[in-house]
Amino acid sequence: MPMPTPTPNRRRDSLPAGVEESRGHAGHAKAGALRRRGTALARRLAADPRHYQLLVLGSLLAWGVFRLDLEVRAGQALAIVAAALATQLACTRLAARRPAGSAGAAAAGAAGAAGTAWATGAAGTAGATGAAGTARAAGAAGTARPAGAAPPLRFDPKSAGISALSLCLLLRTDRPWLAVAAAVLSIASKFLLRVRGKHLWNPTNFGLVAMMIASRGQVWVSPGQWGSAALFGFLVLCLGGLVVNRAARADVTWAFLGSYGALLLGRAWWLGQPAAIPLHQAASGAFLIFTFFMISDPKTTPDSRAGRLLFALLVAAGAAWAQFALYRPTALLLSLACLAPLVPLLDRLLPGATYRWPRPALLPPERSFA
Amino acid sequence: MTPLACSALRSSSSSSSPSSPAASLSPSPPRLPLPRALATALVLALPLLLAAGARSAHGFCGFYVAKADTHLYNRASQVVLVRDEDRTVMTMANDFQGDPKEFAVVIPVPVLLQRGQIHVAEKALIDHLDAYSAPRLVEYWDPDPCALPLPPPAAMMPMQKSEMAAGAAAGRARSLGVKIEARYTVGEYDILILSARQSDGLETWLRENGYRVPAGASRVLGSYIKQGLHFFVAKVDLEQQSKLGFSYLRPLQVAYESPRFMLPIRLGMVNARGPQELFLYALTRRGRVETTNYRTVKLPTGDEVPLFVKDDFGNFYKALFDRQETREEMRTVFLEYAWDMAWCDPCAADPLPPEELRQLGVFWLDGREGASPAAKPGRGRRWNPGGGPTDVFLTRLHLRYDGAHFPEDLAFQETGDRENFQGRYVLRHAWKGGATCEAAATYRRELRQRWDREARTAADLTGWSLDDVRRRMNLRAGPAAEPAEEPWWKRLWD
Repeated sequence: MPMPTPTPNRRRDSLPAGVEESRGHAGHAKAGALRRRGTALARRLAADPRHYQLLVLGSLLAWGVFRLDLEVRAGQALAIVAAALATQLACTRLAARRPAGSAGAAAAGAAGAAGTAWATGAAGTAGATGAAGTARAAGAAGTARPAGAAPPLRFDPKSAGISALSLCLLLRTDRPWLAVAAAVLSIASKFLLRVRGKHLWNPTNFGLVAMMIASRGQVWVSPGQWGSAALFGFLVLCLGGLVVNRAARADVTWAFLGSYGALLLGRAWWLGQPAAIPLHQAASGAFLIFTFFMISDPKTTPDSRAGRLLFALLVAAGAAWAQFALYRPTALLLSLACLAPLVPLLDRLLPGATYRWPRPALLPPERSFA
Repeated sequence: MTPLACSALRSSSSSSSPSSPAASLSPSPPRLPLPRALATALVLALPLLLAAGARSAHGFCGFYVAKADTHLYNRASQVVLVRDEDRTVMTMANDFQGDPKEFAVVIPVPVLLQRGQIHVAEKALIDHLDAYSAPRLVEYWDPDPCALPLPPPAAMMPMQKSEMAAGAAAGRARSLGVKIEARYTVGEYDILILSARQSDGLETWLRENGYRVPAGASRVLGSYIKQGLHFFVAKVDLEQQSKLGFSYLRPLQVAYESPRFMLPIRLGMVNARGPQELFLYALTRRGRVETTNYRTVKLPTGDEVPLFVKDDFGNFYKALFDRQETREEMRTVFLEYAWDMAWCDPCAADPLPPEELRQLGVFWLDGREGASPAAKPGRGRRWNPGGGPTDVFLTRLHLRYDGAHFPEDLAFQETGDRENFQGRYVLRHAWKGGATCEAAATYRRELRQRWDREARTAADLTGWSLDDVRRRMNLRAGPAAEPAEEPWWKRLWD
């Protein structure tokens, strides 16, 4: 894999390539080789937050298939992954055929909007986050391209992979074609449902909620199917992810954890319930996937930190209402899906720099469908 | 013990029909010429395929011999939840053994119940539901090993898967912040529907009116009051009971409409002496029911177990359930049965006919009686004697709970999963006839290994010591003896 663009996320500065070679200790050659391999792996993991996410979700899926009775069927999981990647490939090809300047109002409009976002970000409102740094670098590359030339659009399987693995972990159905349909719908929503260069919904969230509604109960989510050991391990991995990818918009995760946690604790305190009840309510694998992988999706959260904090607070309030007033077991998913359309509004009121995944090739942000 | 439809298969297998899955034990090649063997297999397999339906040519057929129903447990409550959309009919039965005048229940309910929403059901309905869905033991007989070998054993595959003075009492209730919304006499029960503002007031009122409220209940009652729940309070009217002539307490039923699909268990855990046993039967339209705030896990099923289990199936199942509870640290709800009420295979009892289902509260069956089942009865299964229904799905959940492991009330959801599941354990009788062929030698060698496997399975499932299991099986201790290797030339000129 080519090395990605330098970003503040990466630890390249602290671990420069070739340092080990220059030390020249022959006796430590083997240890050095091992260290180099470890360093290369750590660098690769840190280069893009999605690498770590894929690792965590993949491990969790394997644990779910082999140890927990999560009823994840291997065949269905493969079908979901294949369908997601195929949809990503097909949609990338289709989008690449359209000239960026003239074809679609969506793409053209997106270009302008993203350019503005970059300009605002570059002006320094977003602060020194890794996200802003990435957006700046990418935006600069975009402006360097001759006007009117269609930028190349590359197939990027990472985001589609994350969506697919999340679907495998959350979606339950007896009918494989519904699982495939959810995967296709999730990925296609990224390409089709866009406002100002950003897709509106987190793909997994959209695919799940749309299929739960459309299938009239044939697709469901089992939020209770997690053992405490698995949960603890998962929590550690999730928190580890925040450390590894420290700049990848973790603010929204912390804000959601804080606000939803406060709502659970506050409700328990008001009802006179023991602390075991709110703790039990938060001890759900679906809750962790939602918090660390869905609401924190940097591509679908508001651009500015103030917007993200406000958004997290709204989603937490919506989820608590759906859970405790409407008695919906999938309250978190419903809340996020219903409130996602507010993101463009928040971006307009509280502008910031649009996030871009670190990419090996510098592509203008408006042509990114990852 | 009732030999059911599968006895037909039993007799065919014991008369060495290749239709028995067990015959796959013989690994030797068919000794008939291939075309003839193929033709024979097809002719024999065809009726089975027709009988067994789409899912599997072998079905779950076996010879049903025993069930492990709720009578195994001393302190077990049984609840039937009939649910479709937001409508719920809840039937509650418990095995209260004491003096009926001591009996009283306080149940939080989401709506104010009118007289017509409360009913008393017959205990026989729940007994039937229990018998129909209980974990079961089935048995097979090995065929003559010298007969034609068979396709792989599908049967071994996992299951495809009281009265109060009205005026003064009401005044006292008001002063305590308790409102008696309604008072009904239904069957042998005196029922009050209460609303309350303060848990202390409610607790005091209950105490003053003869209800023995355990210490610590106030906090739980307060939580329910703030959630807007009302209280359904029932006592036994001894006079009514003696008039009606019942010596036991019949199950109470309530019907209500609320988006809350839950079962309040916290009140029952206040001051409880040890864990309690709960069996929950959900009758839904679409598919299996699961808990959304606890894990729902399928019990181990389909395992071959030693023959002595036949005479001790109750203890075997209790030990198995205890073992699973220990493994899951008592934090899990176990699925014991999930099946379309239209049929069963093998049947521990007949499916409930539409009339019984309607009495249990299955409200969507109106006008559905007399509908014919989609397929003709097969040998390995029995169809609902009422000729339907096909849109009632039963889920049987079993949990052992206490406050430490189940801090929150049970919340449920109906899923779209219609895959059938049953707790089922298999006995396989060895062939006892004379057999001198080469396949018989292989069969006997493998039989020893099979017994050893069964012993280990039973020990693993129940936590019984392996030596005890072997002793009960009359097996000598230690692993099965490895068979002596054949001389290389033994088959040279065969």
